[in-house]
Amino acid sequence: MGSVVERRALDAADVTTVQPARRRGREIGILVAWRLGVAVPVVAVVATGVFLLAAWSPFDPIYQYFGAGVFSAGDAAVANAREQLGLNDSVWTQLGRWVGGLLSGDLGQSLSFRQPVGTVIAQRLPWTLLLVTLGLVVSVVLSLVAGVTAAWRQGGWVDRAVTAVGHTLEGLPPFVLALGAIAVFAVAWPLLPVAGLTDAGAAPTLGQVARHVVLPAVVLGISQMPWLVLHVRSSLLGALDEDHVTGARARGLPERVVVLRHALPTALLPFVTVLGNRLPEVVTGAVLVETVFSWPGIAAAVVTAALSVDFPLLAALTLLTTTAVLLGALLADVAVLVLDPRVTADG
Amino acid sequence: MAELTTYRGERSDGGGAAAPSAVGKDRTWRPAGHRRPGTLRARASWTGRGRLVAGLVGLVVLVLGAILIPWLGGLDQGAVDYTAVRQPPSLAHPFGTDAVGRDLFLRSFAGLGVSLTVAASCAVISTVIGTLYGALSGLLGGWPDRILMRAVDGVNAVPHLLLGIVIVALYRGSVPAVIASIGLTHWTTVARVVRSEVLSLRSRPYVDAAISGGASRRRVLGRHLLPAVVPPAVLSSVLILPHAVWHETALSFLGLGLPPHLASLGNILAEGRQAVLLGSWWIVVFPSALLAATTLAVAGIAAWWRDRSRPRRRSEMAL
Repeated sequence: MGSVVERRALDAADVTTVQPARRRGREIGILVAWRLGVAVPVVAVVATGVFLLAAWSPFDPIYQYFGAGVFSAGDAAVANAREQLGLNDSVWTQLGRWVGGLLSGDLGQSLSFRQPVGTVIAQRLPWTLLLVTLGLVVSVVLSLVAGVTAAWRQGGWVDRAVTAVGHTLEGLPPFVLALGAIAVFAVAWPLLPVAGLTDAGAAPTLGQVARHVVLPAVVLGISQMPWLVLHVRSSLLGALDEDHVTGARARGLPERVVVLRHALPTALLPFVTVLGNRLPEVVTGAVLVETVFSWPGIAAAVVTAALSVDFPLLAALTLLTTTAVLLGALLADVAVLVLDPRVTADG
Repeated sequence: MAELTTYRGERSDGGGAAAPSAVGKDRTWRPAGHRRPGTLRARASWTGRGRLVAGLVGLVVLVLGAILIPWLGGLDQGAVDYTAVRQPPSLAHPFGTDAVGRDLFLRSFAGLGVSLTVAASCAVISTVIGTLYGALSGLLGGWPDRILMRAVDGVNAVPHLLLGIVIVALYRGSVPAVIASIGLTHWTTVARVVRSEVLSLRSRPYVDAAISGGASRRRVLGRHLLPAVVPPAVLSSVLILPHAVWHETALSFLGLGLPPHLASLGNILAEGRQAVLLGSWWIVVFPSALLAATTLAVAGIAAWWRDRSRPRRRSEMAL
């Protein structure tokens, strides 16, 4: 993803010829078309890969169909079920049938939740979106404030503290942060609930959910923060070295204006790309955070599905996240193209 | 006329050896509160070789600890002691004991050893795959290179942990599955690094000289290109280590990783999940501290590498 949108150094030609808006629009259109064109085979390859992994694994779906009953069921019944489920067909026939089902909107039955896969996703997706959105907001706000403060006084105590904390947090997996947060803010100092979407048995009202979402969202945000904060810091330091900032200083503008109005906007453009490229890690963080906090989202469902080898759900969730990540990265690149006239898309 | 110094500290032409630059030195007399943002140089001690040495020493100490401490302490994986359940850190048990009375000091270091072994196997697999893939892509160039690198983007688009979970779920409870699930998802960084290295190497004069000297393709590749690619490849495989440890702990924490009888860091932390609710903070704190120390040590080596490599390569080494 990284190489598709490239920043070029600003030279005289760029300053004098600002692209007309229509050409810009076409460029974005080509980028979107190209990336969607790449996304389709990627998703197809992921789907095939996941299916083949399952087909070649030692795991036999017949056990899932019968559960513990497979030991008492007769050989004839097992053979009959095999025939009915189409397990005797070749791997490629089965793959074709599964993909055909996916394309016609039939995602199959989830065995661990005893519901259609579509229903499971529809019920859980909103909670994950809520958690991830809040987590990203926390992450972006914190890293902007901390990164700008650190770069403003480079080498000062804030800078050293932010850099040290950033590097330490990089080394800690989100579940350690989550356990730490629970230990401090839910057990030692019972300020917030330990886990769940609501208190036991309570209806999911706004107040209940708001109280329960604080810890997971903050932990998810902080777990993603180090990369963003270190990036904001180094990119702002780079921007402070550029000619237009020197020019602003030479005109005698106040420091605040120089840093916040002249240096920061240029520093923030690559930030959007970094945010887009972090999306897979955000998904990873969400899997761990949702599991620790028993949050009823789709990321926790991935773990449930994996623990009970619920292939239809697992495959659907993998494809869903892959698509979401590809679209998110595309969105980030389009945002950069819209915001920064110096960037060109190389397809 | 005082000579001009550009904002980057380079001397502009003219002036020559006239008066020493006033602009370049102004931070020595400016009061701290009025410093202009971005003009202060970062402290040299942590940018140069210091971090490399600290990282290497830290890594060696951790590896030695993981090998020696369980051995010297006579770790018995199966031993439980119900008279010493969940004891806070003391002289007898420096890291405390867990829910069945096992000494966490020995178990944490043994767990670090298991995690590092798994991580090292993953790093080797990723490095081999990544080097071959990257070298192939760089050598072919043109549209095959473009397609191969887009495939790398595709692999990167699937969240690594998710792919790992899928692999591990289908081949549950086996150490090779865990190693494969991490090794098969982390080769992309190595591939990128090796590819850019090959791209820059193949236009070097000595490669041209070898070709015009009549060397076969295989000889150019095996004799001149691959050996030159080895150092960055080895280094990026070291950089994979913390990632791999991280993934192993995450998988084990979710109950999908190594079998529970192996004391990996992730398995210890998974037990810590209940312990935290009972207030036994040490079951989580000490294993996490070992985890963070490993990552920080490797981060020191990575920082040194970033500083000495060309700025263009920095983004590709973003680990």
